[in-house]
Amino acid sequence: MELFRIRKDIPFMRHALVFNIISLITFLLAVFFLSHRGLHLSVEFTGGTLIEVNYTQAADLEKVRQGLAKAGYTDIAVQNYGSSKDVMIRLPLKEEQSSAKIGEAVMKVLDAEAPGATLKRVEFVGPQVGRELAENGAMALLLVVFGIVVYLAFRFEWRFSVSAIIANLHDIVIILGFFAFFQWEFSLTVLAAVLAVLGYSVNESVVVFDRVRETFKKVRGLDTPQVLDHAITSTISRTVITHGCTQLMVLSMLLFGGETLHYFAIALTIGICFGIYSSVLVASPLVMWFGVSREHFVKPKKQIEGANEDGAVV
Amino acid sequence: MNRYPLWKYITVVVALLIGFIYTLPNFFGESPAVQVSSAKATLKVDTKTLERVESVLKSGNVESSGTFLDTNGVKVRLKDTDTQLKVKDLLEKQFNPDPSDPQYVVALNLLSSSPQWLTNMGALPMYLGLDLRGGVHFLLQVDMHGALTKRLDSVGADLRSLLRDKNIRHGGINRDNDRITIRFRDEETRGKARIVLEDSQPDLALADQGEGNDLRIVATLKPTATKKIQESAVKQNIGTLHNRINELGVAEPVIAQQGADRIVVQLPGIQDTAKAKDILGRTATLEIRMVDDTPGALDAALAGQVPFGTELYVERGGRPLLVKKQVMLTGDRLTDAQAGFDGQSQEPAVHLTLDASGSRIFKEITRENVGKRMAILLVEKGKGEVVTAPVIRTEIGGGRVQISGSMSTVEANDTALLLRAGSLAAPMEIVEERTIGPSLGAENITKGFHSTMWGFAAISAFMIVYYVLFGFISVIALASNLLFLMALLSMLQATLTLPGIAAIALALGMAIDSNVLINERIRDELRNGAPPQSAIHMGYDHAFDTIIDSNITTLIAGLALLIFGSGPVRGFAVVHCLGILTSLFSSVIVSRSLVNLIYGQRRKIESLSIGQIWKPGNNGSAATTK
Repeated sequence: MELFRIRKDIPFMRHALVFNIISLITFLLAVFFLSHRGLHLSVEFTGGTLIEVNYTQAADLEKVRQGLAKAGYTDIAVQNYGSSKDVMIRLPLKEEQSSAKIGEAVMKVLDAEAPGATLKRVEFVGPQVGRELAENGAMALLLVVFGIVVYLAFRFEWRFSVSAIIANLHDIVIILGFFAFFQWEFSLTVLAAVLAVLGYSVNESVVVFDRVRETFKKVRGLDTPQVLDHAITSTISRTVITHGCTQLMVLSMLLFGGETLHYFAIALTIGICFGIYSSVLVASPLVMWFGVSREHFVKPKKQIEGANEDGAVV
Repeated sequence: MNRYPLWKYITVVVALLIGFIYTLPNFFGESPAVQVSSAKATLKVDTKTLERVESVLKSGNVESSGTFLDTNGVKVRLKDTDTQLKVKDLLEKQFNPDPSDPQYVVALNLLSSSPQWLTNMGALPMYLGLDLRGGVHFLLQVDMHGALTKRLDSVGADLRSLLRDKNIRHGGINRDNDRITIRFRDEETRGKARIVLEDSQPDLALADQGEGNDLRIVATLKPTATKKIQESAVKQNIGTLHNRINELGVAEPVIAQQGADRIVVQLPGIQDTAKAKDILGRTATLEIRMVDDTPGALDAALAGQVPFGTELYVERGGRPLLVKKQVMLTGDRLTDAQAGFDGQSQEPAVHLTLDASGSRIFKEITRENVGKRMAILLVEKGKGEVVTAPVIRTEIGGGRVQISGSMSTVEANDTALLLRAGSLAAPMEIVEERTIGPSLGAENITKGFHSTMWGFAAISAFMIVYYVLFGFISVIALASNLLFLMALLSMLQATLTLPGIAAIALALGMAIDSNVLINERIRDELRNGAPPQSAIHMGYDHAFDTIIDSNITTLIAGLALLIFGSGPVRGFAVVHCLGILTSLFSSVIVSRSLVNLIYGQRRKIESLSIGQIWKPGNNGSAATTK
């Protein structure tokens, strides 16, 4: 079986501007939603208490809400997750409430007002922990960006590393934009997924760039856009198959992984889709506009006596 | 050109074998067990305990499938949960005859049921995180400021007695936040005081301030001293927590320092968080009371008539003792307890350090009770134990107390530990709490397992359909990657969490990339007309550079997560990084050795079984190499 039967190189670079404009619009939309709506951060970041309980029958959310309101809890969020039997209660951080007594207090209220609940999970996070997590997340992101830029600059050329990181950082912003738009919960696990996506989609750019370098070295008489077109076309089958396989795995997580892995898998899915697009169709034009050319890879040859034209290339 | 030397094949086979052996324990599951460990720092679990457990089992007519001793205590492996409960009750009755004063922790536990020879090789199943096995996780923040002020208070008292001993007049010693201010009337005394302080208090940084009649020395703790105090505060709190958690009967508690001032407590299998929190937060204390040595009183008490206002205790060593109920001093005033030796007699001793007001009280007690005996009690769970009952010989000031006499070095160490462990060095606060029900844990395992399994199945199906034999080889390489990854995780005993399982799945999804790259390259070479053998060779060669580059960028992201991640992110990052490393080996070396084994031996190959290859210019089917 052969999925891709391409006779000629596809002229991707002819439409480079279009791809980049599409990408820019998505990016701006993502930034708009991020700044306008903000991320729906999980308790891990904001601090507070999260309680998950399970009822044997469909839970009466209204009763739970009223019961908790009667007990003096304000600003609580009560919602179903997974099924109608599972209830998630979120409580904001309160100054006066001493550390972690809240979980039990809530269970007591539930026993009185809406009996039959079994506790599945309690999560309490103090304010200082949340702040640290956010800081560490930012530091991790910086380290990834720095590490990748340096490595690619060393392995390829600064033009490649800068374009790759621009293209892939904009993926990250787009993933975050999705989370802001739909107000999906942004937890630590999602953060891990986002950073893994960064590494993963840079990997995609690397494969294309590798081909670009090889084509520059081997094939003569092509101009830069043609070289890029050739590199993209000859790797496109691998690109689609690889991402398809990774997506199969992610899809399986989305289907079987349950609540905890749900948003993790969603972040990966968005990351994979936009990763292909940006690392191929955004990074490559950027490389072109930064003015990469054959001379950057092929060192001017000293004329060796007796060597023919190809002879020096071993 | 596609032949591996023998040693390469052997390396691959050995790697696979090791991987298989270390993955094996994960498939045996777990069997119920009962664990007996010590509840007290002074009580050691050794071969004698093991013999005792065995004799109890024999007398109770219970068949166990093995008893053994390890660092955690004596473990008894049992057939089913019914016998497990029975044995627990049996052992509990024998080892803790007095339920209100448990000597041992008898806890239910699960043991890997892999055969003994595997366990002897160090092949253990993966260590499951709390989100997979259920339990409670606490993150406690130690109040360092509290520890420091507590220490400065005692330093202040030291300075007071020091200056008095040296006959240096001062105008008052005050602690204000994190500094101690000593006032002087004239320059000369201040100079003298300064020399004395520099000699005797190496931990303090001194600064002169003020002028005229209002001269001051401001003393602050040096950064190194501060660090030392903080470190010992965290250590002491961990010790205290250990003692308290022992009571809960948790089989494998995790109590560890995290960062400079945090302590993680994980109690697998515990569902009663309320009780756990209660016990963690409770203060076990030291009490100093007077001994009632009135002639005849002790005999009356032993006969059953305890005089009013006193209690009957048994001293360590077995002698009965009548102690007054009035508490003179509590352990809150104790800042440190260290084992050492008596300055004159060279006998083992325990040195106690009291804080400022503690020293004052202690001085008064000793002054008024010279010649009498006082009892030092450790009160735990509302029940006291007389640690020692020495005779007061002289008035003791300065807050430094020495307990000595009829003690071995081991006893001195244990007593010091007991006294230290009795109280917390600094208050703690729960900053993070996570409770995971046992059903949720089991659910998470199933979910993680199913996602990985179906994802793997889908990828395998696709690869075999698309690349035929080469696809099959890729699938084997991927399976060996999973094997290596599981073996490594088992070997390292890294904690596996749900995000960790997700990382395993993702690692597989990403590892297949290398094989796709290789297979596509080989097809490319064939398309360009290369003969099969050199197509394989060139394909692997060309793909290798790309594989390295792309894996390193992914690894950079993984390492960043590992460095800055905590909790679930860390669990993800560990597996992610390991997965990248194992995939390099399996997708390149393992798959190549299979390809070499299949194709490398033949002299002439007509075609490769890598699926249909379409060449531009032909009409598809014509150019298959099938």
